[in-house]
Amino acid sequence: MATTSTSLESRVSIDRRIKDFTFTTFLSISIVASLAFIFYIIYRLYNNAGYLLSWDLVRFFPSYDIDTAGFQSSIMGSIWVVGFATLFAVPVGVMTALYLEEFAGKRNRFTALIELNIQNLAGVPAVVFGLIGLAFIARGPLSWGFTVGSAAIVLGMLILPVIIIITREAIRAVPPSYKEGALALGSTHWQAVNKLVIPSAIPGTATGSILAVSRAMGESAPLLLLGALSFVTFNPTGLDSGFTILPLAIFKYASDSREEYQVLASAGSLILLAILFAMNLSAILLRDYTLRKRNV
Amino acid sequence: MASATLISVLVTVGIVLSLLPTTFRLLGEITTQVFGTVWAPLFTPSQYGMAPLFTGTFIIVLIAMVIAIPIGLAAAIFLSDYATFNLRRIVKPILEILAGIPTVVLGLFGLYVVNPELVEKYWPIGEPLAYTAVGAGLMTGILIIPIIASVADDALSSVPRAMREAAYALGATRREVATKVVVNAGLSGVVAALILAFARAFGETTIALMVAGSYPKLSANPGDPMQTMASFIGFAGIGDAEVGSSAYNTIFLVGTVLFTVTLILNILGNRFISRFREAYE
Amino acid sequence: MSMISNQSQASKVATSEPKKGSNPMSSSTASRTPSEPLKFVDPVFTLKDVAVSYGDFIAVSDVNMQIPSHDITAFIGPSGCGKSTLLRTLNRTNDLIPGAKVHGSLFYHDADLYHPSASAVEVRRRIGMVFQKPNPFPKSIYENIAFGPKVNGRPKKSELDDIVEKSLKSAALWDEVKDRLNESALGLSGGQQQRLCIARSIAVEPEVILMDEPCSALDPIATLRIEELMAEIKKQYTIVIVTHNMQQAARVSSYTAFYVTEVNLTSDRRTGKLVEFNETKKIFSTPDDERTEAYVTGKMG
Repeated sequence: MATTSTSLESRVSIDRRIKDFTFTTFLSISIVASLAFIFYIIYRLYNNAGYLLSWDLVRFFPSYDIDTAGFQSSIMGSIWVVGFATLFAVPVGVMTALYLEEFAGKRNRFTALIELNIQNLAGVPAVVFGLIGLAFIARGPLSWGFTVGSAAIVLGMLILPVIIIITREAIRAVPPSYKEGALALGSTHWQAVNKLVIPSAIPGTATGSILAVSRAMGESAPLLLLGALSFVTFNPTGLDSGFTILPLAIFKYASDSREEYQVLASAGSLILLAILFAMNLSAILLRDYTLRKRNV
Repeated sequence: MASATLISVLVTVGIVLSLLPTTFRLLGEITTQVFGTVWAPLFTPSQYGMAPLFTGTFIIVLIAMVIAIPIGLAAAIFLSDYATFNLRRIVKPILEILAGIPTVVLGLFGLYVVNPELVEKYWPIGEPLAYTAVGAGLMTGILIIPIIASVADDALSSVPRAMREAAYALGATRREVATKVVVNAGLSGVVAALILAFARAFGETTIALMVAGSYPKLSANPGDPMQTMASFIGFAGIGDAEVGSSAYNTIFLVGTVLFTVTLILNILGNRFISRFREAYE
Repeated sequence: MSMISNQSQASKVATSEPKKGSNPMSSSTASRTPSEPLKFVDPVFTLKDVAVSYGDFIAVSDVNMQIPSHDITAFIGPSGCGKSTLLRTLNRTNDLIPGAKVHGSLFYHDADLYHPSASAVEVRRRIGMVFQKPNPFPKSIYENIAFGPKVNGRPKKSELDDIVEKSLKSAALWDEVKDRLNESALGLSGGQQQRLCIARSIAVEPEVILMDEPCSALDPIATLRIEELMAEIKKQYTIVIVTHNMQQAARVSSYTAFYVTEVNLTSDRRTGKLVEFNETKKIFSTPDDERTEAYVTGKMG
């Protein structure tokens, strides 16, 4: 029986090929554009204000004289507010996560409700947290006014759901066999959790917390409502002190149409990006370090 | 430890408590006015027509979605079906970086670069000024691209390989497998991504405030400045409205609307995610 | 029908593993060693020195064989011996796994399957595959079958209806589903889903249908129906089936290839090897290799 020569060449019709090609091109362009945008933004900022970058910017305080204007008060304000917010949110968040994962009865109405609650809180717009702050903390029952303390609580509430979710995942990632092994050796539930689960979950929690904190660093909307937009020329002096934060200092300069202030705003943006970059980098390095230590 | 958990409950209660009473009090006063078309609560005489806020929010969010959906989905499909393992390792962090850009900086870019150089020059309708809705829409779109990309990628990557192999075994090309089978199978996850991104765009304050301005113009032309619900709250919150006045209470009224809408959207979005997880895990 | 060119040799010179009790002088025993594979006229597949590796792990190597057309060939052997891997090279499904490499030469009729100019899409259209766990798309029954033809051309609705009906009939599923074509395919039972997958493959009119343990997730009755189906459709298609169940291989196939895992004592690496390829009758009654005999008589797992 004679066999004809078989060809395995593509018999995909032209229009399919065109669609394939167009689609692949579109995908690649999207990815490249996303990457390029990040570089472009930094390029434009640097173009605008790169010459201004120096340690003076960090040393000086805001002033109407551009030659002596700087960001010290807002950088310190950010550190104070975010610092206290972390002090508040991390312990509460970690304890909540531990409780939900280890000690609460699984699958009852109460825990399900709480989980739903946390999921929803994670999606609430940042401004709304500012509204609570305004209604209850800065004014209303607590009436702490427009202070570092109020801001710290508000920001803390904002990152609390994120920390809870991340810590829960870190706890869940601990293999149940660790715990079961400990229990089989006679330890109590609490001992097993304390000695095994918590230490294993620390790296994931720490990394996640740093990321949550860096997010808090970049927030602007909620603290707009808490008086952080004022022209503050001093570093915070305590929880009851007035303050401003870096994102809002940038915002303030940007709202001014004079060109010198626009340059300052760009410079401030570069500083903010640098701080965030440093925080995220340390989170990644921390994660890699702990992973490597664990695998030794 | 259980008491720590209660704090999170307290927070929710707090939100609701802060918003509702003032809202009702205010609504009592101004119910009929809400349907007007002029929004000027902080002026005297105050007017409370919410239409401009609705249109402003709607237009900006719409533009944001139009920008973000194609690019976000493209990134997600790229990651789940086109990228090699190494490419994925590079691209995922890039999207994380994009997600980490603070809204102030995006707003700055919109104000200094997009509005003057792009919109003012090329927008065909009307006379765009320093503040435009389309600029805010563009930057908000960039803000939410990573949300769509990562949630959709999670969904699409969870579609079992066997399903892809079956489609390939029928002589389909990579594009056909990705678009006709994978997206179809992961659809509830993709929908979740879109809903969550929409909610995020809806609640974005800083970008709208910096790029679209603070003038609640009722218009259908995105080249005009506009005010969204969220940017109104930001704007009014800076100023010094007297506590307890109607003007002050409007902040909470709008806040209630904002909170309610995003709450519903988030519940919906999370529902879709659980539906998706049940199917494939 | 294929014709076997018989290369029986009376002398056992080429036999490396003489069967216990065989009479070296007998001229009626056809003997074949792995180095003298069965030859067919116009084989569908020709494999020469084929090996498959993932990175530096070699899954299977030294495969030399031909696969006849319009018949059922079975790959059997203990688990992990690379038979599924080998099957997947036949329609380039392994391309989808990063790091997979195919060595040696694999010909489909007279065309090199892995030639740079060969289109994987075209290969897979001609050589279909049915998988271990039935995997219908989460669409309607109709849409599942229609997917292949729609993607490969622009059939009109009436043509599509015909194709769907024909394929479902060929897969012995038509009567059970003809009234609910628009319902989700996920509502069918396991056996029905697998027949749906077979119908789905048939709809694109392949020449070959590869089956990777198609019945392992099904109950005995469903299995039987699929085996009957296979016997029916082999008149039109070439079938290569990987199966864990050697009784199944004995029931349905005409030719059987037996594989084992060889452990490299120095590197502790396991590699699959083709031990024997022969008519099924022979493999299950008087196999050439003692390892084959051990396996089919149940002495070896």
